Amino acid sequence: MKYTPQDFKSDQEVKWCPGCGDHAILASIQRAMPDICEELNYTRERFVFVSGIGCSSRFPYYMDTYGFHGIHGRASAIATGIKVANPTLTVWQITGDGDALAIGGNHFIHAIRRNIDINIILFNNQIYGLTKGQYSPTSKLGMVTKTSPYGTVEHPFNPGSLVLGARGTFFARSIDVELKLTQSIMLESAKHDGTAVVEMLVNCVIFNDRTHSLVSDKDVRAERTIVLKHGEPMIYGKNRDKGLVMEGNSLKSVVIGENGITEKDLLVHDAHIENPGLHSMLIDMKWPEMPVALGVIRAVKDKTYDDNVRDQVIDAREHAQIHNMDELLHSGATWEVK
Amino acid sequence: MQHKVIDTKEVVIRFTGDSGDGMQLTGTLFADASALFGNEISTFPDFPAEIRAPQGTVAGVSGFQVNIGSGEIRTPGDFCDVLVAMNPAALRSNAKWAKPTATIILDSDTFDEKGIKRAGYKTDDPVTELNIQGRHIIFAPITTLTKESLKESGLDPKTIVRSKNIFTLGICYYMFNRPLDTTEKYLDNKFRKKPEIAQANKKALRDGFNYAGNIHAIPNTYKVAPASLQKGTYRYINGNQATAWGLLAASEKSGIPLFCGSYPITPATSILEELALRKDLNAKTLQCEDEIAGICTAIGAAYTGNLAVTTTSGPGLSLKSEALGLAMITELPLVVVDVQRGGPSTGIPTKTEQTDLNQALYGRNGECPIAIIAAHSPSHCFDAAFYSAKFAMEHMMPVLLLTEGFLGNGSEPWRIPSMKDYPAINPPIVKESDQTPFWPYKRDAEKLARKWALPGTKGLEHRIGGLEKNNDGSVSSDPHVHERMVAERAEKVARLANYIPEQTVIGEEEGEVLIVGWGGTYGHLYTAVKELQAEGKKVSLTHFDYIFPLPKNTADIFSKYKKIIVCELNSGQFANYLRAIHPQFSYLQYNKVQGQPFIVKEIVDAVNAIL
Repeated sequence: MKYTPQDFKSDQEVKWCPGCGDHAILASIQRAMPDICEELNYTRERFVFVSGIGCSSRFPYYMDTYGFHGIHGRASAIATGIKVANPTLTVWQITGDGDALAIGGNHFIHAIRRNIDINIILFNNQIYGLTKGQYSPTSKLGMVTKTSPYGTVEHPFNPGSLVLGARGTFFARSIDVELKLTQSIMLESAKHDGTAVVEMLVNCVIFNDRTHSLVSDKDVRAERTIVLKHGEPMIYGKNRDKGLVMEGNSLKSVVIGENGITEKDLLVHDAHIENPGLHSMLIDMKWPEMPVALGVIRAVKDKTYDDNVRDQVIDAREHAQIHNMDELLHSGATWEVK
Repeated sequence: MQHKVIDTKEVVIRFTGDSGDGMQLTGTLFADASALFGNEISTFPDFPAEIRAPQGTVAGVSGFQVNIGSGEIRTPGDFCDVLVAMNPAALRSNAKWAKPTATIILDSDTFDEKGIKRAGYKTDDPVTELNIQGRHIIFAPITTLTKESLKESGLDPKTIVRSKNIFTLGICYYMFNRPLDTTEKYLDNKFRKKPEIAQANKKALRDGFNYAGNIHAIPNTYKVAPASLQKGTYRYINGNQATAWGLLAASEKSGIPLFCGSYPITPATSILEELALRKDLNAKTLQCEDEIAGICTAIGAAYTGNLAVTTTSGPGLSLKSEALGLAMITELPLVVVDVQRGGPSTGIPTKTEQTDLNQALYGRNGECPIAIIAAHSPSHCFDAAFYSAKFAMEHMMPVLLLTEGFLGNGSEPWRIPSMKDYPAINPPIVKESDQTPFWPYKRDAEKLARKWALPGTKGLEHRIGGLEKNNDGSVSSDPHVHERMVAERAEKVARLANYIPEQTVIGEEEGEVLIVGWGGTYGHLYTAVKELQAEGKKVSLTHFDYIFPLPKNTADIFSKYKKIIVCELNSGQFANYLRAIHPQFSYLQYNKVQGQPFIVKEIVDAVNAIL
């Protein structure tokens, strides 16, 4: 019997602000769960949602699965311990831009470097919400907040660049309001073996309202974003009349039909290519020069940390000289006293 | 020279040299050979933090002291009978440890003008300057002799000179009538891929042995008969290895796989290294990106149903303190091992201290009591780790195990126990719930432990975390719920006192003076108390392995003595703790914060002054 989204709703009251983008992501993930379970033959008790601290980190309480609400920044480490201890679990880390990229930056990059098989859903609202409006590591340069009354003088991180810098194997991006896209990305993320990072562009209605509106507003979204699909040409626009080409060493947006450009001239998205060069350019694209890339930008196969650990354990036990404690205690140099 | 063979019950030998001279290995090989010979032994490695400090300077001197005996040996010995100093700097920093009757063996090749100057002597005559003319000093050209011994080995000059420690070891084997075969076997094994190096070292060992026999400059050789030990099979073990093995033993007894998340830190690192070898026993280790990840991966593994461990030393424990609070409020089993070293901050990282007790007791935000167990000898680390894991799992709480650099690096012979003599471990794992939804913080009536519901178990889906919860697992900031949960968690730790052994006394059960100790000072305090008792003094010792909670009969014991002296390697942390728990007694103190273990004599003198 197939699960329904309802099966993943816990009895806890959802306490995010009305209008917060987190509600939409919760709905998308709950809707993705039945498909994930069906495709991957998972049962509900195998899911563990892990979080750190921040608005998004309340997420595990709202899922009727196993859940662990950790401490600030450490969710990647906790999730890593869970996955290594029991690789049959499917582990989901819910985190924010402060939790993952400031206080938890170290654990975030090392989880990716190890390619531990966890899903990291990064809610990026470019602000600290739970502490009421301080700038975050993704806040735009010059942004005025309570702790930057004269504007920030710090350059923001692009989360996708960090993922590539740590030789990440999976990166996808979506927007809170794109429920269907988010739902499909969650399935792709679940199917990926290794650390899958999904950046969710999220609105904070109270402290950073409309932070992504230039690309996320319904009337402009199709013109200002491109949804990448592996094996398909890079086309976007309300009328599907725009695309991406390579010109020199850079990406360029073109209009199909102008200057003799046809669909055949457009780049075809290859999410599976190991070389991160083009993925990096796609991740870096910013409005207004370029559309913002959404969808699964990178999904590369590689051995996972948990697989390697499991293989070593199997191998060590097969070739073991020591099989139990008594043997270990008597191993090496010993002598008898009679 | 008249050669004497001295039959003795106990001899202390101290190997010292540059940190590149291989003194730790030399000392360890000597200790190994003596242990296999059947002596009781105790060792004390004393080395600098720098891997290679400037050659020939006092800062770079590394030492290893071994006490071997035919009777009861509980300490590495205060002062040595034989001091080996491979250079002038080693002599300068270690002459103070040589007994007035000691033999001192020096590598005369290093005592040239340059060497003497580098070591910081004011004159060109180290022996007079150090006022050690009364000792029997043997200037042996060890470097030259090693070169001569191996000139036909085909090895390059640098490799040849590196064998001078083994040549020196040969001299010592002659002096102490040690058999060469265990060391020869060790060399064959260590250099099995480079047999020419194994051959060269074996030759250096034998030539050193023969040289000592030929020169007639060695005044005394020593016979230390095998100790009359309890029957059984023995091995040699150091504290960190014993800690790792104790945890593995708990894993086997409970049937719960071990997971260790750690970050390398002196002097705890070798626990992680030891556990990393044991994938064959289904133990997983993760060398993390930092100390915080060490404990957090362990917390994740604990939630998932592993015997979770993180190992560290003082500065690492500081970094772990927030996460330790998380383990405490989520009521997960976790063993945190702190191999204490000299602090604060980086302090003196390779030296021993007992200065993390306050941090262990109080170093967290909120009301956060955590059970504390301390190991008292290298081999006792095995039991201390085993019971830390047992109590963590059965009572569903973190346990902090305090050991010390002195224990972690120190080693002793150990009668190998049988796993069948250790108790079962029964963690409260739950497979199905008697109510829906499952209540994660519902407690059993006796221990107040909650159930361990492992992810993957159908029907027990639940959420836990750092936010205060009610027993049903719902987040709550209700003032009364918080106060009650604080009290329940504290009471759970307090009730551990019902499960730990009663405190015992060494010596008469009442008297003039009670020495109180805890942790790694046991050997020194025990030896001091035995000496005092032999002098007819009414002195007893009670030594604590269980620090928090204290054994229930602690006050009964304290009430039987006129004076209580708390001896510890800090400024009085345990004494102050006792004052808070049992304020009805007055506590005298004997403290030392020098990064060094006690000396038996200083304890004896201090107690005599109080008597």
